Amino acid sequence: MNPPAIEMKDVSFAYEGKTVLEDVTFRLGQGDFLGIIGPNGSGKTTLLKLMIGLLKPDKGTVKVLGETPRDAKRRIGYVPQNVGINISFPISVFDIALMGRLSRSRIGRWFSRKDRSQVEELLKDVGMWKYAQTPIGKLSGGQRQRVFIARALATSPEILFLDEPTANVDPEFETDLFEFLKDLNKTVTIVIITHDIGVLSSHVKSIACVNRNLIFHEGGKVTPEMIKMAYPCPVDLIAHGMPHRVLSIHEER
Amino acid sequence: MWDFLQFEFMRNAILAGVLVSIACGIIGSLIVVNRIVFISGGIAHAAYGGIGLAFFLGFSPYLGAAFFALAVSMVMGIVSSNRKHRSDTIVSVLWAVGMALGIVFVDMTPGYNVDLMSFLFGSILTVPANDILFMVPLDLFILITVSAFYKEFTAISYDEEFAFVVGIPVKLFYFFLMGMTAIAVVMTIRVVGLILVIALVSIPPYIAEKYTRSLGEMMLVSCFLGVLFTLVGLWLSYRYDLTSGATIILVSGAAFFISHGLGMIRKAGS
Repeated sequence: MNPPAIEMKDVSFAYEGKTVLEDVTFRLGQGDFLGIIGPNGSGKTTLLKLMIGLLKPDKGTVKVLGETPRDAKRRIGYVPQNVGINISFPISVFDIALMGRLSRSRIGRWFSRKDRSQVEELLKDVGMWKYAQTPIGKLSGGQRQRVFIARALATSPEILFLDEPTANVDPEFETDLFEFLKDLNKTVTIVIITHDIGVLSSHVKSIACVNRNLIFHEGGKVTPEMIKMAYPCPVDLIAHGMPHRVLSIHEER
Repeated sequence: MWDFLQFEFMRNAILAGVLVSIACGIIGSLIVVNRIVFISGGIAHAAYGGIGLAFFLGFSPYLGAAFFALAVSMVMGIVSSNRKHRSDTIVSVLWAVGMALGIVFVDMTPGYNVDLMSFLFGSILTVPANDILFMVPLDLFILITVSAFYKEFTAISYDEEFAFVVGIPVKLFYFFLMGMTAIAVVMTIRVVGLILVIALVSIPPYIAEKYTRSLGEMMLVSCFLGVLFTLVGLWLSYRYDLTSGATIILVSGAAFFISHGLGMIRKAGS
């Protein structure tokens, strides 16, 4: 039997003495498409960083594909939240995407022809091949985001993690992205952090709401308690997405 | 104009300038993109502690500087990777304490009055052939290591988190970079002195970054600019009888402002 994509047991994490996550327990099956929601500062990114091994839990255990996050590294892909970092860095789109072909076992060896052709295919998939030689700083936020997705996919991941990929990009990109991810989800488990419940509930298979604790919901429904937990002010919610969709699931099951 | 080439000390100075510019161009580029220019300045100044210690115990001052710089670079590596938010303060403390230690060691050295100025502002005109023989393998070491791990260094400099997630031992490479910074800094002290190291390490890469599209190109252009600045500075120093370290930095500084001005004009024009 396949091990779960992610398994967290009683995970707690504090940042400089301040508890960010407390007693988080959930299981995510392989092939799932998980959306993580929650207010700002609720620990969404922390949760994601615990899954990919960038942070270690103070308490509890994290398993990714049945392994420790450390051992599972070569099987995951990661699209970080802040793609606006280092835009004056002299590097081309192609070289950034190539970074996805890095791995511990190949340190000190140059990239192969196979690495390059694989990255070429991925850049074509995300529609960025024509910008391959363009410096990263010359691209828009959405274009950069596509490059970072190609880079994450270049690791040939079994799970893809994305941290708010739709922040600061045009709405068109958002729709494209979810269509792209839906297609990708046929072969890859996806975990995505987002603010936008509207888009989320029509695309994802499961939803987790984080605000120090975590409510996990299989079937991708946003429950009233999640909304209460995630967004204290309902006006904010309606302003973000499609209000009727949210309201239609007001009564759980 | 070429008559100065007839002097052996001039030929040595030019060779030293070229060798140091290569180390500075490669490591300086990594220093600039990793935003650790301040740390490199700290290592340079703290290295004076090693120079003083060497005088006190009676061995080669540059060996002392190298030993001290390496030790300090490792401490700074630990501080800057573990306590990011206060690392600048701790680097400043090491910066000042290292220098003070050096001065006290020199004070305690009997009889011998050290020419402090040559360490503060460099003494490229007195580089002996022996030192040049030392610089060649150091340059080669830097060149070979950075080429061998070029893709890892690029990834870590550009996006440390991603590099970590794909399994690159980020910390190990960071400390490696710290060590190579110490080596480059000590070589540069020879040429422009410890006060001016920070300029020769940062100005050529800063200019190069704007006109290049990869870290490798940036390193290459930095090396070239470094050689150019050193040679022009050296010639000015010879021609007008000025302190060589200072003229080299002033030439670099002039280029920095010109490049910056051109960049602003270009931006305003587009």
